[in-house]
Amino acid sequence: MKTCLVVDDSRVIRKVARRILEDLGFEIAEAADGMEALAWCRAAMPDAILLDWNMPVMNGVDFLRQLRADPGGDAPRVVFCSIETEPDRIREALDAGACEYIMKPFDGDIIEAKFAEVGLV
Amino acid sequence: MSPQDVELFAALARARAGLKVDPAKTYLIESRLAPLARREGYPGIAEMAAALRSQREEKLIWAVVEALAKGESAFFRDRAPFDTFRKELLPTLARLRGAEPIRVWSCACSTGQEAYSLAMIAEAAEGLPAGARVEIYGSDISERALEKAQAGLYTQFEVQRGLPIRQLLTHFEKVEDNWRLTPRIRQRVRWRRVNLISDLAVMGRFDVIFCRNVLSGMDLPYRRRVLESLVALLPADGLLILGAKETAETVTEAFRPVTGRPGLYVRNPAFRAAA
Repeated sequence: MKTCLVVDDSRVIRKVARRILEDLGFEIAEAADGMEALAWCRAAMPDAILLDWNMPVMNGVDFLRQLRADPGGDAPRVVFCSIETEPDRIREALDAGACEYIMKPFDGDIIEAKFAEVGLV
Repeated sequence: MSPQDVELFAALARARAGLKVDPAKTYLIESRLAPLARREGYPGIAEMAAALRSQREEKLIWAVVEALAKGESAFFRDRAPFDTFRKELLPTLARLRGAEPIRVWSCACSTGQEAYSLAMIAEAAEGLPAGARVEIYGSDISERALEKAQAGLYTQFEVQRGLPIRQLLTHFEKVEDNWRLTPRIRQRVRWRRVNLISDLAVMGRFDVIFCRNVLSGMDLPYRRRVLESLVALLPADGLLILGAKETAETVTEAFRPVTGRPGLYVRNPAFRAAA
């Protein structure tokens, strides 16, 4: 079973995303900020990461830059999921190593389409 | 909605556009026609049906038919036909056609996502012979859908269903909360209102016709009529692309399926000879 780490400081968003991704066949782990997410990844690298941008302690872009510099950190397919919708901000996330990008709000169709786009569905 | 009203709407949709409207699916008919009734100033669908009976006004009849014909659309919907178009059909046709334009028709394009997906592929096509030209045509029965298609303006929700983020950044501009295709892509598509059960000979020749998820909503005799009209527009090496779950061979002998490629069809030479 493929694993996906859902990183978001909103418990509601994590719950909604978990439900959608479990339906798509993923085993889910959750983290509430970038630092917690790094700890998860260093313990066991997931196949996919659904990643919020604005979070306390460590934001999504800083997390992603550190992840990509880690040994094996280039492997997970990372799909950003953020309220940031300006093209320059999206480019920043892609430059940091994101594979795809979801603009919130999202639904099951959008998550499925984006995970299909990165070859995970 | 009374059974008589349902019957009236179904009969109009069938006669004008060949549509198969299941009278049992009243919820579907209501969900399509209630917004139209409101827009046209009727208190409800029953009053709109009464007006149709008493006045037979063409504009209202077509508005009803268009509402019932409303299709779903998404960028790069189902992906596989677009991969085939990009990787196989376009390079092959470019080689065969030389300086002649490759004409591609999205014949029931709804709000334009399919036609624009093809335009984005054509724009990004690499390795085509010098001088290769791709002309994209988009048509639909609905004037309202075509207006939206021509505007090239889509909601955040619409651009996230099937469109890779890098394509969004390359080919769209953000306009407040929506996204508009760049003029370069918009200008690649020519639009026209077309009823597929009318005479299609005026459309001219096409190398590839995308006719996906439209025939399945039509009555069998109309499906046959449309397919036999489309085959006359294709050259011997032209291709028809239906929805993955749609078939032509159970409807007419005009086409032969391409083995291993669900939805992909070529002309049946025997049918051409018979015609």
